[in-house]
Amino acid sequence: MQNLGIDVLFKGSNMMRLLGGLWVSLRISLIAVFFSVILGVPLGILMSRNSRIIRAITRLYLEIVRIMPQMVLLFIVFFGTTRVFGWNLDAEVASVIVFSFWGCAEMSDLVRGALISIPKHQYESAKALGMNSFAVFFFIILPQTIRRLLPLSINLVTRMIKTTSLVMMIGVVEVLKVGQQIIEANRTSSPNAAFGVYGTVFLLYFIGCWPISMLSKYLEKKWKND
Amino acid sequence: MNWEVIGSYLPLFWKAMWLTLQIGWIGIAFATLIGILVAIVRFYKVPVASQIAGVYIELFRNTPLLVQLFFLYFALPKLGIPMRADFTGAMGLALLGGAYMAETFRSGLESVAKIQTESAASLGMNKSQTVWHIIFPQAFARSVPSFVANVIFLLKETSVFSAISLMDLMFTAKDLIGLYYKTTECLVLLVFFYALILIPVSVLGDRLERRVRHAEFGD
Repeated sequence: MQNLGIDVLFKGSNMMRLLGGLWVSLRISLIAVFFSVILGVPLGILMSRNSRIIRAITRLYLEIVRIMPQMVLLFIVFFGTTRVFGWNLDAEVASVIVFSFWGCAEMSDLVRGALISIPKHQYESAKALGMNSFAVFFFIILPQTIRRLLPLSINLVTRMIKTTSLVMMIGVVEVLKVGQQIIEANRTSSPNAAFGVYGTVFLLYFIGCWPISMLSKYLEKKWKND
Repeated sequence: MNWEVIGSYLPLFWKAMWLTLQIGWIGIAFATLIGILVAIVRFYKVPVASQIAGVYIELFRNTPLLVQLFFLYFALPKLGIPMRADFTGAMGLALLGGAYMAETFRSGLESVAKIQTESAASLGMNKSQTVWHIIFPQAFARSVPSFVANVIFLLKETSVFSAISLMDLMFTAKDLIGLYYKTTECLVLLVFFYALILIPVSVLGDRLERRVRHAEFGD
């Protein structure tokens, strides 16, 4: 009881290794966020148009992402596609593909929601002032959309970071896996290391995500009544 | 694709699905309970309890369930608290869900317009009447869409239970893939069973949302 395994963190380069592990999941989420934004924004704009075919296809896509746990998607890409197509896929690449697929759906839905939440009179008033449709989009719709979109997209980043913790289940060595390794390596010298290490991982995630969600909350409040 | 293999794996997945459902529903029921209590504490700004609830919400909303489960399952026993896997799963889900549900119900409570309280007061209702007959029904009606989203989110999150060696759908699939290398069949069954759990929830949720929509007044 006297030793809760905090000391393990200060042995050798254990703390640096944990942070390195965190960077792995952070890197995956940042790349996935990048692709989600690049692909999700145009898709969202496309979805806000009233085309029946596009709506049917994107609805299916969104429902699949909404229903299927990200873990299942990871398994399908990492174990399924490699088996069916016989290629060799790195676990990290598989994670990026899955989280981009998921993030793109989330992002496009946010963009669509933000676009259709702009009241129709905004378009009409701008037109009445003699703006062409390009000017209407860039000077009237876009600024308002971004204000509605940004807090929600920032929120998506924290969700992405949290969800990338799943990648350890397909064998990516990220922070939890490094934690496991440290605990295993110190099993005899420090049998209670699990408490210190997992407690630290818990706090690391919190320290990483909390400021981002605070920022999202702050922006949402600030822009709410504009 | 080998249908015989699928047939022989079916009972295993069926059993695993029941485990997922059992733990899932217990977790979600407690999450709802925690959520309502914490939301009320936060909304009425009960001193001390409100601050504790705030810390709880931020801690559990900003960490992944997988990390929470690892902490509960592997770290707490080091403090002399024995943990069972299924109990840990339900508890983790309840704690994570409670934090999300609390935010859902709180924003539901906040969305009830002030004029509703004032009108109730001018009709001669006392405080508890106002809360029970005016505020709560509207607040819950407004919370429904976000509540349904949370339930789906939590059911999806149960897929990480395999990390603490609960024999759920994910665990069964991974185990069978590792043992017999029938990857395609296992993945098809995995998708099928998750769809079996989540599509009815999604459809029921949509219907529920449509039914309670009439309960919204006063913007």
